[in-house]
Amino acid sequence: MLDLTGKNALVTGIANNRSIAWGIAQQLHKAGANIGVSYLPDDKGKMEKKVAELVEPLNPSLFVPCDVQNEAQIESTFAAIQEKWSKLDILIHCLAFANKEDLSGEFSHTSRSGFAKALEISTYSLIQLSGAAKPLMTEGGSIVTLTYLGGDRVVPNYNVMGIAKAGLEMSVRYLASELGSQNVRVNAISAGPIRTLASSAVGGILDMIHHVEEVAPLRRTVTQTEVGNAAAFLCSDLASGITGQILYVDAGYQIMGM
Amino acid sequence: MQLLEDVIFMSEAEIFEKVKKIVTEQLSVEAEKVTPPANFANDLGADSLDTVELVMALEEEFDIEIPDEAAEQITTVQQAVDYISNKVTASA
Repeated sequence: MLDLTGKNALVTGIANNRSIAWGIAQQLHKAGANIGVSYLPDDKGKMEKKVAELVEPLNPSLFVPCDVQNEAQIESTFAAIQEKWSKLDILIHCLAFANKEDLSGEFSHTSRSGFAKALEISTYSLIQLSGAAKPLMTEGGSIVTLTYLGGDRVVPNYNVMGIAKAGLEMSVRYLASELGSQNVRVNAISAGPIRTLASSAVGGILDMIHHVEEVAPLRRTVTQTEVGNAAAFLCSDLASGITGQILYVDAGYQIMGM
Repeated sequence: MQLLEDVIFMSEAEIFEKVKKIVTEQLSVEAEKVTPPANFANDLGADSLDTVELVMALEEEFDIEIPDEAAEQITTVQQAVDYISNKVTASA
């Protein structure tokens, strides 16, 4: 039933084997998708080496550097897709950044530059990548991004990232509205807290995970694989009628009032 | 349960060997460089992301949690071994 054979999928945001993007890439691959991976380049080439080794079992047919703060790299990423694949079906957006000092303490002291950087990388990048993907999604497509409850409600220490995720969730709706006419669906998965490289920067992440384990209806947190399965579903024809939505993959935590 | 007991009855030397293995893998450094006084940043070239990954790898290996405040205090291999020794003994 869930079959992504013949679909070209670009997965962004893989940093290591705990990355939610890695969980998604594995499940898309399992469903038969042709995988392309973009990574955040660094001066020493450490990330390139690490991610290349990790994703090797998925036989990625595309492996490109893409720092979303670098216009030229975004252009070359999509030029490579055009050249190698000629069309794109799936875009997985798993990118976010905030200065560590903006992820704890007083929200009212968020710096101007920290705010701009967080929203540029975490929110604007979805708009920009979707715009770049649009002309390549010639046979329809599916765009999936990752959000978090802290973009809808106050979660201690999430601070400026909550603002970025609120903007991201609204961007999902505006993008879904625009791209729907060419049968491109845009959705977000709101995953429960997972210990990753990125979430380690959020103050008190372990406390948040423990809280969810006590309170969530399923009495646990979710795994990267579970988020990956939900993403594979959203990218498949099984979800052909779903767009502009925020899907909570959080062991049910979001329904709780206390 | 067997696993848990292994952790509990691990000697400091055994902990050091496991830490050494993880540090060697995570930081892609030669094993000989991973000595007790070696500083992760200054001697082993760890950047801030490496440090976070290292902490998570140690948590996984020893089935413990290392909160941010504690992680910030761990700058050398010996400090990591000490922290883990205390933690596994305390949970025994």
